Amino acid sequence: MQQAQRGWIFWAVAALFVGAAAVATFSIKNEYPFFAGYLILQFMVLATAWNILGGYAGYVNFGTSAFFGLGVYTAVFLFKATGAPLLVQIAVAAAVGALLGFLVGLLTLRMRGIFFSIATIALTIIIETFIINWKFVGGATGMPMIRPPAMPPFDSYIKMLFVNGAVMVVIAVALARFIQGSWIGRGLRALRDDELAAACSGVPTLKLKLLACVISGALMCAAGAPNAMYLSFADPASAFNLNYSVSALAMALIGGTGHWIGPVLGALLLSSTQQLLTVTISSEVNVLVLGLMLVLFVVAAPDGILGLFRRVRARFTGDAGGRV
Amino acid sequence: MFSFELLLDAVVLGLLVGCFYAAVSIGLSVSFGLLDVPHVAHPAFLVLASYGTYILNQHGIDPIIAGLMLMPVLFVFGLFAYRVYYETFERRGGDAGVRGIAFFFGVAFVIEVLIILMFGVDQRSVQALYIGKSMGIGDMRIPLRLLVAFGVALTLTAALALYLARTFTGRAIRAVAQDELALRLMGANPVAVKQWAFGIATAVLGPAGALLIIVAPVDPTLDRAYIGRTFCVVVMAGLGSMSGTLIAGIILGVIESIVLTLYGASWAPAISFAMLLAVLAVRPQGLMGR
Repeated sequence: MQQAQRGWIFWAVAALFVGAAAVATFSIKNEYPFFAGYLILQFMVLATAWNILGGYAGYVNFGTSAFFGLGVYTAVFLFKATGAPLLVQIAVAAAVGALLGFLVGLLTLRMRGIFFSIATIALTIIIETFIINWKFVGGATGMPMIRPPAMPPFDSYIKMLFVNGAVMVVIAVALARFIQGSWIGRGLRALRDDELAAACSGVPTLKLKLLACVISGALMCAAGAPNAMYLSFADPASAFNLNYSVSALAMALIGGTGHWIGPVLGALLLSSTQQLLTVTISSEVNVLVLGLMLVLFVVAAPDGILGLFRRVRARFTGDAGGRV
Repeated sequence: MFSFELLLDAVVLGLLVGCFYAAVSIGLSVSFGLLDVPHVAHPAFLVLASYGTYILNQHGIDPIIAGLMLMPVLFVFGLFAYRVYYETFERRGGDAGVRGIAFFFGVAFVIEVLIILMFGVDQRSVQALYIGKSMGIGDMRIPLRLLVAFGVALTLTAALALYLARTFTGRAIRAVAQDELALRLMGANPVAVKQWAFGIATAVLGPAGALLIIVAPVDPTLDRAYIGRTFCVVVMAGLGSMSGTLIAGIILGVIESIVLTLYGASWAPAISFAMLLAVLAVRPQGLMGR
């Protein structure tokens, strides 16, 4: 009963969120809020996607930038070769991301812990090198992208991307929420705590890990696809920048990895701070703040903002709190 | 286009560069290979040591002597870093593994940005007598700086291997890698031994960082390329094997050099990472696995 009610509230909030985003695009003339807001939405998707593998299953993926960059270049290739519209670009990117996710999932067969993490960095650099040597999509110098006119009812491309980003956040969070509550999430948590024990108890560990990698990869790639149009430019050095990896990881860990709301909170907090810092001080300082916050949180607040929140609530109500 | 001389050139250069790769990886071979610390920040520490060498060189000190002078500072820094890592992650247990990796990743990023804020994104290089000259052997011209790096790298690797094999503390370090519990039962403190070992692993980065800036100019984001090279060498070597590190470094150097000659520099960054993936997939225990 309570479960069903919670589901209803979740979808109402989600609908309200997308509705508000759509209404805002029609009532606000200035493009800048959407330009800045889009980045926050993008990082919400990335952090949520990272958490499906990193938070639930405990496999630390440093390859967010591999998926993101692959998404960017899937869109670039499709646009240059066929002039495909945005939604097709995103759909194909999601499929490509799922495929790469499957390959990464196979890596988990032989590698765990730090070895898996290093392997995902390796994947990033290898894919980036292939793109650099691929002249069709611009090679190392990159390629300017000319935005087509926005589809009606939108009056600008950025606003369209913004609403599209809001929908993607809802999709990503709904998937994460579904996984967390279902047998998939329970299985992933079991193998995170002890993979051997989980396998012995009949948890289909490989199947679950592959599923987590595929979903996480598809979401990351899909999040990358609109980026080329957003920047009107694509180049390997920025599409495959390791900053995406550290950001997604930091946002999920700072928000709290146990619950789907954690990465969303982390992304909201960190990327809005970053936007402010980039505008007011410099983009180097915002990376510094990101790194320092990451180190500070993993040392001092291992369960992230959610953990802090729980601790404060437990102090006020006097009960132990328990895990949400 | 392709000739035997070209290949020979590539192999000789690869051999020299390979010893240099072994020297920059040898610290990781101790910290990751022997102590199992997920030290992703090792290349960032390395670049930091290069910048330290750069500062000292600005005052007219030879880069190699500067690298040696940095060793005590780095040693203390390493002791401190391990203490923080141990208190916050190893002792807590649980899913500390995930956060330990994230911790070093974060530290690497902070170091990178701090270097950018202090020195800017431009490349920096050092001055010394042997930089910019070359020596002729037959038709081949070998840059003198590579020869110097080769000599220092061999000395450094040999010194560390001897230290681990012959001295009392060196043996203690290898013992703690083999069986921590046994060490505790013998009345020794494994944490103190590991902390000392991590200090040594960090101190070695002094000369290694000096070599890095002698061989080529250094920029703040260079650590990203060296994540692949150092981890490739250490994993290929077989975790914690010093002679393996030297052999693996040479293999990486020679293969990189041949690929560069055949296909051009734009493929360079992927080679070490591709080899790392191949080693992990085919022979995860490395050449000289323990």
